[in-house]
Amino acid sequence: MSLSETSFCRFADLLDRRVGMKLAAEKSYLLGARLGPLLQREGMNSLDELAAALGKGSLRLEAEVAEAMLNNETFFFRDRVPFDQFRATLLPRLMAARAAQRRLRIWSAACSTGQEPYSLAMILAEEASKLAGWSIEIVATDISRHALSRAEAGAYSQFEVQRGLDTPRLVKYFSKEGDRWRLSDDIRRRVRFERANLTEPLRFTDQFDLIFARNVLMYFKPERKTEALKRLRASLRADGALLLGAAETIFGNKDLFAPDPSAVGYYRPAAVFSSAARNEGRMATQS
Amino acid sequence: MQSCLIVDDSKVIRKVARRILEDFDFSIDEAGDGQQALERCGVDMPDVIFLDWNMPVMGGLQFLEHLRARETEKRPTVIFCTTENDLDHIRIAMDAGADEYIMKPFDRDIIRTKLQQVGLI
Ligand SMILES: C[S@@+](CC[C@H](N)C(=O)[O-])C[C@H]1O[C@@H](n2cnc3c(N)ncnc32)[C@H](O)[C@@H]1O
Repeated sequence: MSLSETSFCRFADLLDRRVGMKLAAEKSYLLGARLGPLLQREGMNSLDELAAALGKGSLRLEAEVAEAMLNNETFFFRDRVPFDQFRATLLPRLMAARAAQRRLRIWSAACSTGQEPYSLAMILAEEASKLAGWSIEIVATDISRHALSRAEAGAYSQFEVQRGLDTPRLVKYFSKEGDRWRLSDDIRRRVRFERANLTEPLRFTDQFDLIFARNVLMYFKPERKTEALKRLRASLRADGALLLGAAETIFGNKDLFAPDPSAVGYYRPAAVFSSAARNEGRMATQS
Repeated sequence: MQSCLIVDDSKVIRKVARRILEDFDFSIDEAGDGQQALERCGVDMPDVIFLDWNMPVMGGLQFLEHLRARETEKRPTVIFCTTENDLDHIRIAMDAGADEYIMKPFDRDIIRTKLQQVGLI
């Protein structure tokens, strides 16, 4: 598909600005692969034509391009081990630390179509006997409105319910409606969905005990990633934990997070966190 | 190396499943129906059985009942793999002693998920 240098730069700039996504020149084929349906809807013949239209400053078109470029790939209990760790190590640890308040706040910071927060909700439902009298909040956010509306609906295809999900849980938590598999109200009610862009200041006033930010920061430029990690750091309690995707690291941000010695794959806020950085993060959190 | 018996009356499905399972390091044997599968199990009990539901001569559920009724030294893991895709079929299969259940069509990720669930990989 035809794509001039200027058009490429326009797309790359848009993606950086709106979603923090870095688009390397060798990944320019992604534009053709993901924007095809949008071109068709708009009755356009080429990416250059779309770029030209963007040049006229249509915010609607910008939003649609950004949305279409997002990779929403996810599945239930993705990578399994972090969820085993959550049940076996982190949950007991956080419960001990919050025994007085009996309150836990968990944030799935790029929840896509909901499989990640719902996997946590299932584990919490299974641990219910230990959690009697506790108030547990799962807040799940994403930048994609499309992904969020699917997440809220809690209905999945046969393919989706088989990726990562075991059959006993399928039988226990889902019912079949036509060819869709619908998650039970009990599990759906445990998760609250909201829209949030990790490249922008966050609206949360209260901190979290656990943050999942998996397979999202890897699409960001290094400086955007650092900014986002600062916000996550400011939103996380000092004894809380952060989980990144299996292939991600905090590379270059050791002053913010350090590997959690007691939970493989998780990070905890770095001990030394300069007050300047903290203030910066706070302001970002409150604005 | 763990052994796997693929029981399906479709040669194509057996071939696709074989290719994926070989990548997960299983040695593969095949059977075209439940009767054949029981005979294979009598000679050499596999570690895991991939089992279709609808087959001529003896279907998957009947095979599973016979298998679980037998006194065997080793209890093979049974993973149903069928186009039957409603909750009733799944419940019946699990009650009859299946360990996991795959609804066709499947792919590598789904097979990996299920093998992990039953602790085989
Ligand atoms: C590959 S999915 C990961 C989903 C899930 N966390 C997982 O690991 O399975 C990445 C998600 O990040 C979201 N995303 C991308 N950029 C974002 C941003 N700037 N702010 C919030 N979410 C973003 C995308 O919409 C997408 O749903």
